[in-house]
Amino acid sequence: MLAVNFLLLAAVLFCIGVFGVIARRNAVLVLMSIELILAAVNLNFVAFAMMNDNIDGQVFALFVIAIAAAEVGVGLAMVLMIYRNRKSIALDGLSEMKG
Amino acid sequence: MVARWTVNLHALIAQTDAEPAVNVALNIGFGLIATVMIFAAFSVVTTKNVVHAALYLVLVLAGVAAQFILASAEFLAVAQVMVYIGAVMVLFLFGIMLTRAQIGKEDGLNNQGWQLGIPVAVVLFGLLGYVIFNTFEDDVLEERAPFPTEQLSDQYLSAYLVPFLAVSFVLLAAAIGAIVLARKD
Amino acid sequence: MLAVEDTHAALELSSGWFLDNAWLIALIPAIGFALIIGLGKKMPMKGSEIGLASMAASLVIATGAGIQWMQRTDSASHGGDEAIGGAFSGVRGVLRASEGGEVEPYIEPVVTQWVWWQNSGLEFGLGSHIDGLSVLLLWLVAFISLLVQVFSLDYVRGDRRYTHFFAALTLFSSGMLVMVMSSNMVQLILGWEIMGLCSFMLIGHWWEDAYNSHSALKAFFTVRVGDVGLLVGTAILFFGANDFAVANLDSNGFDIRAIQAWALSGDGSSWTLIMASSALFIAAIGKSGQFPLHTWLPDAMAGPTPVSSLLHSSTMVVAGVFLVARIYPVFWEGFNIANGGLSFIAIIGGITIVVAALLAFVQDDIKKVLAYSTVSQLGYMMLGLGTGAWLPAVFHVFTHAFFKCCLFLAAGSISHSGSHHSFDMKKDMGGLRKFMPITFGAWCVSTLALTGVIPFAGFWSKDEIIDNVGANGYTFLFWVGLGGAALTAMYMTRATYLTFFGEPRGAAAGIHHDDDHGYATEFREEIVHADAIDRELVTAGAAPKSLSAAAAHTDDHGDDGHGDDGHDDHDDHGPHESGKLILVPIVILAFLALTSGFVNPTPLAGDALGANLGEGVELLKKYVEPRYEPVAIGETAGHAGESVQLLEVTPLPAAEEGADGKDAYATGCGRTDPEPGTVCYFPKVKHAVPELSKILLSLGVVALGYAAAIGFCIAFYKNKNPRLVGLTERSRIARGGYLFLKNKYYLDVLYQNVFVYFVSRPLAKATYWFNQNVIDGAVNGVGTSGKKAGDWVYNNIDQKIVDGVVNASGTVASETGHGLQPVQSGKVNQYGALLFGAATVGAIVLVILNVS
Repeated sequence: MLAVNFLLLAAVLFCIGVFGVIARRNAVLVLMSIELILAAVNLNFVAFAMMNDNIDGQVFALFVIAIAAAEVGVGLAMVLMIYRNRKSIALDGLSEMKG
Repeated sequence: MVARWTVNLHALIAQTDAEPAVNVALNIGFGLIATVMIFAAFSVVTTKNVVHAALYLVLVLAGVAAQFILASAEFLAVAQVMVYIGAVMVLFLFGIMLTRAQIGKEDGLNNQGWQLGIPVAVVLFGLLGYVIFNTFEDDVLEERAPFPTEQLSDQYLSAYLVPFLAVSFVLLAAAIGAIVLARKD
Repeated sequence: MLAVEDTHAALELSSGWFLDNAWLIALIPAIGFALIIGLGKKMPMKGSEIGLASMAASLVIATGAGIQWMQRTDSASHGGDEAIGGAFSGVRGVLRASEGGEVEPYIEPVVTQWVWWQNSGLEFGLGSHIDGLSVLLLWLVAFISLLVQVFSLDYVRGDRRYTHFFAALTLFSSGMLVMVMSSNMVQLILGWEIMGLCSFMLIGHWWEDAYNSHSALKAFFTVRVGDVGLLVGTAILFFGANDFAVANLDSNGFDIRAIQAWALSGDGSSWTLIMASSALFIAAIGKSGQFPLHTWLPDAMAGPTPVSSLLHSSTMVVAGVFLVARIYPVFWEGFNIANGGLSFIAIIGGITIVVAALLAFVQDDIKKVLAYSTVSQLGYMMLGLGTGAWLPAVFHVFTHAFFKCCLFLAAGSISHSGSHHSFDMKKDMGGLRKFMPITFGAWCVSTLALTGVIPFAGFWSKDEIIDNVGANGYTFLFWVGLGGAALTAMYMTRATYLTFFGEPRGAAAGIHHDDDHGYATEFREEIVHADAIDRELVTAGAAPKSLSAAAAHTDDHGDDGHGDDGHDDHDDHGPHESGKLILVPIVILAFLALTSGFVNPTPLAGDALGANLGEGVELLKKYVEPRYEPVAIGETAGHAGESVQLLEVTPLPAAEEGADGKDAYATGCGRTDPEPGTVCYFPKVKHAVPELSKILLSLGVVALGYAAAIGFCIAFYKNKNPRLVGLTERSRIARGGYLFLKNKYYLDVLYQNVFVYFVSRPLAKATYWFNQNVIDGAVNGVGTSGKKAGDWVYNNIDQKIVDGVVNASGTVASETGHGLQPVQSGKVNQYGALLFGAATVGAIVLVILNVS
């Protein structure tokens, strides 16, 4: 198969994930969109590993998985805190950093 | 691109003594899985049901794992399934539950400026697509045997040892951090 | 016949210390003035001794200068005789051309000068210029000043400003002497103005009374009107004569001798000469009180009597006559007197004679009678000058000074001792001849001299004028002169009668008025006050019902300048004779009024009166009248500061008025242009030969006048003839004429109410308006427009544009910030959008850059 397949698929997933980050209001859903992005990235790495016959891509993809997991954990902990304080996880309300 | 696909398919079908045979099944499989993935991903970002979004995400991640297998990264596929689907998604579901996401449809999941995302995503996709096609046109991924896991572990524990250990620290820190953050104090 | 080339020789004229140092005559009184001002109050006689001493010194020097001048003139004859080489031997001491002797050479004046102004070629000086006319007047002024100062010792005693009075008198004398001895017009103007100032000071001596200061101002301003002519005339003469003077005589256009030479040289255009002579004559009209500027003289009588006698009769008022006489060539050429035309001077002189004489009839103040008489006699002098009778006019100045001064001093004596400081003849005088015989005698002598009765002085001088007027062809003016003589006799008779004859009235009778003020108020006309302008009118309604009742209306306090101490000696006696200090000058002057005519008795030089004493008796003609022979200009001419000895020529002997008669006057100085290389300094004037018939005619006219006047006086004043008394009441013509004369022809009204009022009100207001609105308006307008421009620039350019730019830059910055503020919304989704968007854009750029 063509390399283009994998890469394009990854690109689509990435763009959908970007859209999700921008468009979604629920914090959890934003995190999910980020997961999509990360998944797309993983796909890219693996495809490159296959293209170049080098396993380093997969190594890196595993790292990404690990980090993603860590990130989701911490992120969800923060979302929980936010929920506790505000009784809502709509990101619209979180604008204290507004300039 | 469509033209190339069709050429590819024709070449595929009318192929007798060309390059190594096109694995049609592989491509079809890839295509199916890709379609499902894309649809599921799209649904993640557009559905009005938070739980459904989570479940669609599961679908996406599963599809990613399947693609890993097709990309001869078996270990990774398994790791993906176990870590992502098994842990991360469960975590997500717990998060959804704890944040009292409503059961069923819920309005107001899209924020006010969500229309901005469309052009950004589209432009980004256009850019990426262009770049990909420009760079990698007609690059063929050769079929191969899956990478052996020991090769992977060799890399982890020799060349990439430090990052490996660092990741473990990160995981530790993340775990502790999550506990600290989420404590009821 | 002598050819010109044969007899070029420098004429040696004698000089002397007095002639060379004649400038002392003016300097000593000036120093005296300063000393009186500085030291006078502390001196025992309060400064009057300095005045007397300085005038005496001046008199001595003037006498010396006079004697040396006569010697100088005589030396010309002798010296010329030697130079010619005895061609005319056997000459007598006095050589006259008409006797077949040599012609009389021009006697060079003695000039001593210091440079006063020196600038880019123009140089004039301050000093003395002595010739016959100067020496005559110098002596006259010094002599009269001395006598008047002696008179003042007693007359002004006790005055509150005794010292200043003497100071001003001395300064006046100095000023007049400066003028008389001046060699250039600038020094003449200096002296002229000093005299004007002193006149002002002295007329207003008792300025506490408004009338006196008003009179002083009137005198000053009226003369000032004429002084414009003096300055204009001097300027015209300067510009006219300067080129001629620089080219031929090494002097400048201010030098009087240069002006005389230029006028007679034919270089001056007739237009220049007539303008200059008209302008200068206007100055003379003002100063010498000719019609129409005579109005100040009668009011000048507000001053103390010594002032009137010195300034306004003998000396200052003849300054105008002196001016005309001094630069006579200018008038001779300008008014074409040579050809017997009716000149401006003669006309004015004639008018003045009659106008003033008529006014003298209606005066009640004795000093005003004498003032009008002075004006009238000045008219005679001008008449003489205007018709070519130079010497008789100057002679009349000489004799007039004596008898007029004597008359004024006598009037002062009367008021001092007879009428208790009053000058009103009607109210306070009468029958004084019994009480004041010496004064009466002096008065009578002077009156006879004034009216021209033989052998008194006035006869010789005034009749000469009239004679020359007739001989030069002015028949109408001849009869005017004779008529004036008759009028003089009449008004003087009236004044004499009212003062010395009849019954004593008022103060003369020992009755004092209650309203004696502590300060002087002179007799004055009724003054109707309207606003602040004096209008001196006697209106028809207030006309006196009869002449004798006129006195009831008027104030007439004598010139009483003293405080309390002066009253005491008058309270007890009635009228009495004055003291010696007053009488001695009067007697001296009366004596001179009798004898001074004999210095130039022209009838006695011929056969008119039967006693022919030869031409030698005409002393003034020999010594005072400038000779009219042309004078050569030598290459050895000196500078303006030295006496110049020119080469003299002796041209063809010309008979004066012998057998040649008219031919003699066809050529010569003033008649034709002088030959190249010579200049003339004086025109060839004619001298009338007196005849017995003319003498008898004039004496007869005077006698008629006396007879008529004596008859009238006795009929009217003594007998109170009913036909005469109250005539002005009954007859409208008589009343009209009387009022016309009483109001001085309404001239004062014209001058005050029309001219002065016009200038002081409408013209001044218009000028003020112009100044405030146009001139100041322009200046303010510039300022206002500048301010407005500044405001406009400030408001529009500074505030709007410049500040606008500055503010706009700030606004742009802040608005940019405000505009960009929503970017930082604090919303994660938005940040994510921006992030990915920016990354996309960056990636696109990179791709483009790398792919292309």
